[in-house]
Amino acid sequence: MNTDNNIDKYRRQFLASATAVAGLAVAPGIILTQVAHSKPLDQPASSKNRWGLLIDVSKCATGCNACVKACYTENGISGVGSPTTDAQWIRKVKLTDKQTGHVQSLPFMCQHCETPPCVDVCPTGASMKRADGIVLVDKHICIGCRYCMMACPYKARSFVHEPIHDQIFPRGKGTVESCTLCVQRIDDPNGPRETACTEACNAEGHKAMWFGDLNDPESEISKRLKQYGGVQIRADLELNTGVRYQNLD
Amino acid sequence: MPSFYKLVATGVALMLPLLVSAESLVPEPPAPAKKYNDKTLCVEPVPEMRRNHMKYLLHHRVEALREGVRTKQFSLKECIDCHNAPSPKDGKVASIESKDHFCNTCHTYAAVKIDCFECHSDKPANTQYRHPLSSMKFPEQKFGENQSLDDKALNIMAAKEERQQ
Repeated sequence: MNTDNNIDKYRRQFLASATAVAGLAVAPGIILTQVAHSKPLDQPASSKNRWGLLIDVSKCATGCNACVKACYTENGISGVGSPTTDAQWIRKVKLTDKQTGHVQSLPFMCQHCETPPCVDVCPTGASMKRADGIVLVDKHICIGCRYCMMACPYKARSFVHEPIHDQIFPRGKGTVESCTLCVQRIDDPNGPRETACTEACNAEGHKAMWFGDLNDPESEISKRLKQYGGVQIRADLELNTGVRYQNLD
Repeated sequence: MPSFYKLVATGVALMLPLLVSAESLVPEPPAPAKKYNDKTLCVEPVPEMRRNHMKYLLHHRVEALREGVRTKQFSLKECIDCHNAPSPKDGKVASIESKDHFCNTCHTYAAVKIDCFECHSDKPANTQYRHPLSSMKFPEQKFGENQSLDDKALNIMAAKEERQQ
Protein backbone atom coordinates (compact mmCIF):
# COMPACT_ATOMS: atom_id res chain seq x y z
CA MET A 1 0.00 0.00 0.00
CA ASN A 2 2.69 2.34 1.13
CA THR A 3 4.90 1.42 -1.82
CA ASP A 4 2.05 2.04 -4.26
CA ASN A 5 1.54 5.45 -2.73
CA ASN A 6 5.22 6.16 -3.17
CA ILE A 7 5.16 5.09 -6.80
CA ASP A 8 2.29 7.48 -7.39
CA LYS A 9 4.23 10.16 -5.58
CA TYR A 10 7.34 9.57 -7.71
CA ARG A 11 5.24 9.68 -10.87
CA ARG A 12 3.63 12.91 -9.82
CA GLN A 13 7.00 14.40 -8.92
CA PHE A 14 8.46 13.28 -12.25
CA LEU A 15 5.56 14.72 -14.21
CA ALA A 16 5.72 17.95 -12.25
CA SER A 17 9.45 18.38 -12.85
CA ALA A 18 9.08 17.38 -16.52
CA THR A 19 6.40 20.02 -16.96
CA ALA A 20 8.53 22.57 -15.16
CA VAL A 21 11.48 21.89 -17.46
CA ALA A 22 9.26 22.05 -20.55
CA GLY A 23 7.87 25.36 -19.31
CA LEU A 24 11.30 26.80 -18.80
CA ALA A 25 12.51 25.58 -22.17
CA VAL A 26 10.08 28.01 -23.77
CA ALA A 27 11.32 30.89 -21.64
CA PRO A 28 14.46 32.37 -23.15
CA GLY A 29 17.80 33.25 -21.64
CA ILE A 30 19.31 32.80 -18.25
CA ILE A 31 16.72 30.55 -16.59
CA LEU A 32 17.19 27.89 -19.21
CA THR A 33 20.96 27.95 -18.77
CA GLN A 34 20.64 27.50 -15.02
CA VAL A 35 18.35 24.50 -15.36
CA ALA A 36 20.76 22.89 -17.79
CA HIS A 37 23.54 23.11 -15.20
CA SER A 38 21.76 22.00 -12.04
CA LYS A 39 23.39 18.97 -10.45
CA PRO A 40 21.34 16.54 -8.33
CA LEU A 41 22.73 15.94 -4.84
CA ASP A 42 23.78 12.38 -5.63
CA GLN A 43 25.71 13.26 -8.80
CA PRO A 44 29.44 14.02 -8.69
CA ALA A 45 30.89 17.22 -10.15
CA SER A 46 31.49 16.85 -13.87
CA SER A 47 34.48 17.79 -16.00
CA LYS A 48 31.97 19.09 -18.55
CA ASN A 49 31.89 22.25 -16.44
CA ARG A 50 34.73 24.56 -15.65
CA TRP A 51 33.70 27.21 -13.19
CA GLY A 52 35.41 30.55 -13.31
CA LEU A 53 35.23 34.25 -12.64
CA LEU A 54 35.65 37.27 -14.86
CA ILE A 55 36.58 40.60 -13.32
CA ASP A 56 36.31 43.91 -15.14
CA VAL A 57 38.95 46.03 -13.44
CA SER A 58 37.63 49.28 -14.95
CA LYS A 59 34.32 48.78 -13.10
CA CYS A 60 35.85 47.79 -9.76
CA ALA A 61 35.63 50.73 -7.35
CA THR A 62 38.64 51.79 -5.31
CA GLY A 63 37.84 51.64 -1.61
CA CYS A 64 34.87 49.28 -2.04
CA ASN A 65 35.32 45.88 -0.43
CA ALA A 66 31.80 44.51 -0.64
CA CYS A 67 33.12 41.31 -2.26
CA VAL A 68 35.53 40.68 0.61
CA LYS A 69 32.84 41.27 3.23
CA ALA A 70 30.35 39.04 1.42
CA CYS A 71 32.92 36.23 1.11
CA TYR A 72 33.77 36.38 4.80
CA THR A 73 30.11 36.40 5.83
CA GLU A 74 29.22 33.54 3.49
CA ASN A 75 32.11 31.33 4.56
CA GLY A 76 32.30 32.39 8.20
CA ILE A 77 35.82 33.76 8.10
CA SER A 78 36.88 35.97 10.95
CA GLY A 79 40.39 36.80 12.00
CA VAL A 80 41.86 37.31 15.43
CA GLY A 81 43.09 40.80 14.65
CA SER A 82 46.46 39.66 13.36
CA PRO A 83 46.73 40.99 9.79
CA THR A 84 49.91 39.04 9.04
CA THR A 85 48.43 35.64 9.87
CA ASP A 86 44.64 36.01 9.53
CA ALA A 87 43.11 34.04 6.67
CA GLN A 88 42.56 35.90 3.41
CA TRP A 89 40.32 34.11 0.95
CA ILE A 90 39.90 37.23 -1.15
CA ARG A 91 41.65 40.59 -0.94
CA LYS A 92 41.42 43.91 -2.66
CA VAL A 93 44.62 44.93 -4.42
CA LYS A 94 45.43 48.52 -5.37
CA LEU A 95 47.84 49.01 -8.25
CA THR A 96 49.42 52.40 -8.76
CA ASP A 97 51.43 53.24 -11.86
CA LYS A 98 54.37 55.21 -10.46
CA GLN A 99 54.98 56.90 -13.79
CA THR A 100 51.49 58.21 -14.42
CA GLY A 101 49.80 57.90 -11.01
CA HIS A 102 47.03 55.81 -12.58
CA VAL A 103 45.32 53.75 -9.86
CA GLN A 104 43.57 50.44 -10.43
CA SER A 105 41.72 48.36 -7.89
CA LEU A 106 40.83 44.70 -8.19
CA PRO A 107 39.71 41.74 -6.10
CA PHE A 108 42.20 38.90 -5.92
CA MET A 109 41.63 35.32 -4.83
CA CYS A 110 42.61 31.74 -5.71
CA GLN A 111 42.87 31.72 -9.50
CA HIS A 112 41.67 28.09 -9.77
CA CYS A 113 44.39 27.04 -12.22
CA GLU A 114 43.90 24.18 -14.63
CA THR A 115 47.38 22.93 -13.68
CA PRO A 116 47.70 24.13 -10.08
CA PRO A 117 51.22 24.20 -8.61
CA CYS A 118 49.71 23.75 -5.14
CA VAL A 119 48.37 20.34 -6.19
CA ASP A 120 51.72 19.36 -7.71
CA VAL A 121 53.68 19.94 -4.54
CA CYS A 122 51.25 18.60 -1.90
CA PRO A 123 52.91 15.64 -0.17
CA THR A 124 49.65 14.06 1.03
CA GLY A 125 47.24 14.68 -1.83
CA ALA A 126 45.20 17.08 0.29
CA SER A 127 45.56 19.89 -2.21
CA MET A 128 43.28 18.85 -5.03
CA LYS A 129 41.35 19.95 -8.08
CA ARG A 130 37.75 18.87 -8.47
CA ALA A 131 36.48 17.58 -11.80
CA ASP A 132 34.78 20.91 -12.48
CA GLY A 133 38.00 22.87 -12.04
CA ILE A 134 37.64 24.09 -8.45
CA VAL A 135 40.89 23.89 -6.50
CA LEU A 136 40.30 22.82 -2.89
CA VAL A 137 42.09 21.60 0.21
CA ASP A 138 41.00 18.26 1.67
CA LYS A 139 41.48 19.27 5.29
CA HIS A 140 40.93 15.68 6.39
CA ILE A 141 44.39 14.77 5.12
CA CYS A 142 46.12 18.19 5.15
CA ILE A 143 49.08 18.04 7.53
CA GLY A 144 49.60 21.80 7.55
CA CYS A 145 53.08 21.75 5.96
CA ARG A 146 52.24 24.87 3.91
CA TYR A 147 54.19 23.68 0.90
CA CYS A 148 51.23 24.72 -1.28
CA MET A 149 51.36 28.24 0.12
CA MET A 150 54.95 28.54 -1.05
CA ALA A 151 54.22 27.01 -4.44
CA CYS A 152 51.25 29.27 -5.21
CA PRO A 153 52.41 32.20 -7.38
CA TYR A 154 49.31 34.18 -6.35
CA LYS A 155 49.75 34.00 -2.58
CA ALA A 156 46.16 32.81 -2.50
CA ARG A 157 46.29 30.39 0.40
CA SER A 158 46.20 30.96 4.15
CA PHE A 159 47.11 28.84 7.12
CA VAL A 160 44.79 28.70 10.12
CA HIS A 161 46.82 29.45 13.24
CA GLU A 162 44.11 29.60 15.90
CA PRO A 163 41.43 27.14 17.03
CA ILE A 164 38.04 27.89 15.45
CA HIS A 165 34.56 27.22 16.85
CA ASP A 166 31.02 27.37 15.43
CA GLN A 167 32.14 27.17 11.82
CA ILE A 168 29.67 27.66 9.02
CA PHE A 169 31.74 25.52 6.65
CA PRO A 170 34.52 23.25 7.88
CA ARG A 171 37.80 25.01 8.61
CA GLY A 172 40.20 24.45 11.44
CA LYS A 173 43.55 25.06 13.05
CA GLY A 174 46.57 23.47 11.43
CA THR A 175 45.20 23.31 7.91
CA VAL A 176 45.56 25.45 4.80
CA GLU A 177 42.56 27.04 3.13
CA SER A 178 41.66 29.35 0.26
CA CYS A 179 38.80 30.51 -1.93
CA THR A 180 36.50 27.56 -2.71
CA LEU A 181 34.63 29.44 -5.44
CA CYS A 182 31.67 29.08 -3.05
CA VAL A 183 31.51 25.36 -3.78
CA GLN A 184 28.44 25.06 -1.53
CA ARG A 185 26.58 27.37 -3.90
CA ILE A 186 27.80 25.52 -6.97
CA ASP A 187 26.59 22.20 -5.52
CA ASP A 188 23.19 23.67 -4.68
CA PRO A 189 20.63 21.14 -5.98
CA ASN A 190 18.45 23.99 -7.25
CA GLY A 191 21.14 24.93 -9.72
CA PRO A 192 24.50 26.59 -9.26
CA ARG A 193 24.24 30.02 -7.70
CA GLU A 194 26.83 32.70 -8.31
CA THR A 195 29.58 33.20 -5.75
CA ALA A 196 29.06 35.49 -2.76
CA CYS A 197 31.61 38.02 -4.08
CA THR A 198 29.91 38.27 -7.48
CA GLU A 199 26.50 38.61 -5.87
CA ALA A 200 27.72 41.41 -3.59
CA CYS A 201 29.41 43.25 -6.46
CA ASN A 202 26.17 43.17 -8.45
CA ALA A 203 24.17 44.27 -5.40
CA GLU A 204 26.52 47.23 -4.92
CA GLY A 205 25.76 48.20 -8.51
CA HIS A 206 29.35 47.97 -9.74
CA LYS A 207 28.71 44.82 -11.77
CA ALA A 208 32.43 44.21 -12.14
CA MET A 209 32.36 40.44 -11.60
CA TRP A 210 30.81 37.52 -13.48
CA PHE A 211 30.60 33.93 -12.37
CA GLY A 212 29.96 31.14 -14.84
CA ASP A 213 30.94 28.05 -16.75
CA LEU A 214 33.96 28.65 -18.99
CA ASN A 215 33.20 25.42 -20.87
CA ASP A 216 29.72 26.55 -21.83
CA PRO A 217 29.95 28.82 -24.90
CA GLU A 218 26.43 30.11 -24.15
CA SER A 219 27.27 31.35 -20.65
CA GLU A 220 27.54 35.09 -20.01
CA ILE A 221 31.17 34.76 -18.90
CA SER A 222 32.20 32.85 -22.05
CA LYS A 223 30.41 35.28 -24.32
CA ARG A 224 32.08 38.25 -22.65
CA LEU A 225 35.49 36.61 -22.84
CA LYS A 226 34.93 35.80 -26.50
CA GLN A 227 33.86 39.32 -27.31
CA TYR A 228 36.23 41.41 -25.19
CA GLY A 229 39.01 38.99 -24.28
CA GLY A 230 40.57 38.73 -20.85
CA VAL A 231 43.97 38.25 -19.32
CA GLN A 232 45.37 35.81 -16.80
CA ILE A 233 47.60 37.11 -14.06
CA ARG A 234 51.10 35.73 -14.66
CA ALA A 235 50.00 34.20 -17.95
CA ASP A 236 53.68 33.37 -18.53
CA LEU A 237 53.35 30.51 -16.03
CA GLU A 238 50.83 28.85 -18.37
CA LEU A 239 48.57 27.71 -15.55
CA ASN A 240 45.36 28.42 -17.49
CA THR A 241 43.60 30.14 -14.62
CA GLY A 242 39.84 30.01 -14.08
CA VAL A 243 39.82 33.66 -12.97
CA ARG A 244 40.28 36.20 -15.76
CA TYR A 245 40.64 39.97 -15.73
CA GLN A 246 39.54 42.59 -18.23
CA ASN A 247 40.79 46.16 -18.70
CA LEU A 248 43.87 45.49 -16.63
CA ASP A 249 46.86 47.47 -17.76
CA MET B 1 38.43 -33.32 35.15
CA PRO B 2 35.26 -32.54 37.11
CA SER B 3 37.28 -30.09 39.12
CA PHE B 4 38.08 -28.30 35.86
CA TYR B 5 34.38 -27.92 35.03
CA LYS B 6 33.77 -26.75 38.54
CA LEU B 7 36.47 -24.14 38.07
CA VAL B 8 34.92 -22.95 34.81
CA ALA B 9 31.45 -22.87 36.38
CA THR B 10 32.74 -20.86 39.32
CA GLY B 11 34.54 -18.55 36.94
CA VAL B 12 31.39 -17.95 34.91
CA ALA B 13 29.36 -17.49 38.07
CA LEU B 14 31.86 -14.92 39.27
CA MET B 15 31.97 -13.14 35.92
CA LEU B 16 28.20 -13.00 35.48
CA PRO B 17 27.48 -10.02 37.72
CA LEU B 18 30.48 -8.29 36.16
CA LEU B 19 29.10 -8.82 32.65
CA VAL B 20 25.66 -7.59 33.67
CA SER B 21 27.02 -4.55 35.43
CA ALA B 22 29.46 -3.89 32.57
CA GLU B 23 26.51 -3.25 30.29
CA SER B 24 25.07 -0.68 32.62
CA LEU B 25 28.49 0.99 32.80
CA VAL B 26 28.22 1.89 29.12
CA PRO B 27 26.45 5.23 29.01
CA GLU B 28 23.25 5.35 26.99
CA PRO B 29 23.67 8.05 24.36
CA PRO B 30 21.01 10.78 24.32
CA ALA B 31 18.02 10.12 22.09
CA PRO B 32 17.96 11.93 18.74
CA ALA B 33 15.60 14.82 18.13
CA LYS B 34 14.05 12.92 15.24
CA LYS B 35 13.80 9.36 14.02
CA TYR B 36 15.01 8.80 10.48
CA ASN B 37 12.24 6.27 10.00
CA ASP B 38 10.24 3.99 12.26
CA LYS B 39 12.09 0.80 11.40
CA THR B 40 15.75 1.68 11.71
CA LEU B 41 15.39 4.89 13.79
CA CYS B 42 18.75 6.15 12.50
CA VAL B 43 19.97 6.40 8.89
CA GLU B 44 20.89 2.72 9.17
CA PRO B 45 19.78 0.29 11.90
CA VAL B 46 20.98 1.53 15.29
CA PRO B 47 23.35 -1.41 16.07
CA GLU B 48 24.94 -0.96 12.64
CA MET B 49 25.40 2.76 13.26
CA ARG B 50 26.90 2.17 16.70
CA ARG B 51 29.46 -0.20 15.23
CA ASN B 52 30.18 1.35 11.85
CA HIS B 53 29.22 5.04 11.84
CA MET B 54 32.86 6.00 11.28
CA LYS B 55 33.01 3.96 8.08
CA TYR B 56 29.92 5.68 6.68
CA LEU B 57 31.34 9.08 7.60
CA LEU B 58 34.72 8.30 6.07
CA HIS B 59 33.14 7.11 2.84
CA HIS B 60 30.83 10.11 2.69
CA ARG B 61 33.55 12.67 3.33
CA VAL B 62 35.55 11.48 0.33
CA GLU B 63 32.49 11.53 -1.89
CA ALA B 64 31.29 14.90 -0.67
CA LEU B 65 34.53 16.83 -0.72
CA ARG B 66 36.51 15.27 -3.54
CA GLU B 67 33.68 14.35 -5.90
CA GLY B 68 30.95 16.80 -4.95
CA VAL B 69 28.30 14.18 -4.09
CA ARG B 70 26.21 16.02 -1.53
CA THR B 71 23.67 13.43 -0.36
CA LYS B 72 22.43 14.08 3.15
CA GLN B 73 21.96 10.58 4.54
CA PHE B 74 25.48 10.09 5.90
CA SER B 75 26.42 13.73 6.26
CA LEU B 76 28.04 14.69 9.56
CA LYS B 77 26.06 17.91 9.52
CA GLU B 78 22.83 15.91 9.56
CA CYS B 79 24.14 13.72 12.44
CA ILE B 80 24.74 16.86 14.47
CA ASP B 81 21.40 18.44 13.52
CA CYS B 82 19.51 15.45 14.92
CA HIS B 83 21.74 14.09 17.65
CA ASN B 84 22.96 17.32 19.16
CA ALA B 85 19.74 19.29 18.90
CA PRO B 86 18.91 21.79 21.64
CA SER B 87 17.88 20.12 24.88
CA PRO B 88 14.07 20.01 25.18
CA LYS B 89 14.45 21.07 28.83
CA ASP B 90 16.39 24.32 28.56
CA GLY B 91 17.09 24.69 24.83
CA LYS B 92 20.86 24.51 25.39
CA VAL B 93 23.20 22.84 22.90
CA ALA B 94 26.08 20.76 24.26
CA SER B 95 29.56 21.69 23.05
CA ILE B 96 32.15 19.06 22.13
CA GLU B 97 34.13 19.93 25.27
CA SER B 98 31.22 18.76 27.42
CA LYS B 99 30.65 15.11 28.30
CA ASP B 100 26.96 15.55 27.41
CA HIS B 101 27.72 16.04 23.72
CA PHE B 102 26.21 13.10 21.84
CA CYS B 103 29.56 11.96 20.43
CA ASN B 104 31.30 12.31 23.77
CA THR B 105 28.85 10.15 25.72
CA CYS B 106 30.36 7.07 24.11
CA HIS B 107 33.78 8.32 23.11
CA THR B 108 34.66 9.27 26.66
CA TYR B 109 33.78 5.74 27.77
CA ALA B 110 35.67 4.17 24.87
CA ALA B 111 38.63 6.56 25.28
CA VAL B 112 38.45 7.57 21.62
CA LYS B 113 39.61 11.07 20.80
CA ILE B 114 37.99 12.40 17.65
CA ASP B 115 39.18 15.44 15.75
CA CYS B 116 36.11 15.91 13.52
CA PHE B 117 35.14 19.04 15.43
CA GLU B 118 38.49 20.76 15.04
CA CYS B 119 37.08 21.80 11.67
CA HIS B 120 33.38 20.87 11.69
CA SER B 121 30.91 22.68 13.88
CA ASP B 122 29.86 20.67 16.94
CA LYS B 123 26.46 22.38 17.02
CA PRO B 124 23.61 22.55 14.53
CA ALA B 125 24.17 25.48 12.18
CA ASN B 126 20.88 27.04 13.17
CA THR B 127 19.36 25.68 16.35
CA GLN B 128 15.85 26.65 15.32
CA TYR B 129 16.05 24.89 11.99
CA ARG B 130 15.80 21.15 11.39
CA HIS B 131 17.19 20.22 8.04
CA PRO B 132 14.92 17.79 6.22
CA LEU B 133 16.83 14.51 6.24
CA SER B 134 17.67 12.69 3.05
CA SER B 135 14.56 12.24 0.99
CA MET B 136 16.33 9.91 -1.41
CA LYS B 137 15.61 6.70 0.43
CA PHE B 138 12.55 7.52 2.49
CA PRO B 139 10.65 10.21 0.65
CA GLU B 140 7.80 10.17 3.14
CA GLN B 141 10.15 11.11 5.98
CA LYS B 142 10.32 14.84 5.45
CA PHE B 143 10.30 16.67 8.70
CA GLY B 144 8.64 19.97 9.40
CA GLU B 145 10.95 22.95 9.43
CA ASN B 146 9.01 24.80 12.06
CA GLN B 147 8.79 22.02 14.57
CA SER B 148 8.30 23.30 18.09
CA LEU B 149 10.42 22.19 21.03
CA ASP B 150 7.41 20.38 22.50
CA ASP B 151 7.17 18.21 19.40
CA LYS B 152 10.85 17.42 19.71
CA ALA B 153 10.46 16.41 23.34
CA LEU B 154 7.52 14.17 22.42
CA ASN B 155 9.58 12.52 19.73
CA ILE B 156 12.43 11.88 22.14
CA MET B 157 10.01 10.27 24.58
CA ALA B 158 8.51 8.14 21.81
CA ALA B 159 11.91 6.97 20.67
CA LYS B 160 12.88 6.10 24.23
CA GLU B 161 9.72 4.10 24.80
CA GLU B 162 10.24 2.21 21.59
CA ARG B 163 13.75 1.28 22.57
CA GLN B 164 12.66 0.08 25.98
CA GLN B 165 10.05 -2.23 24.46
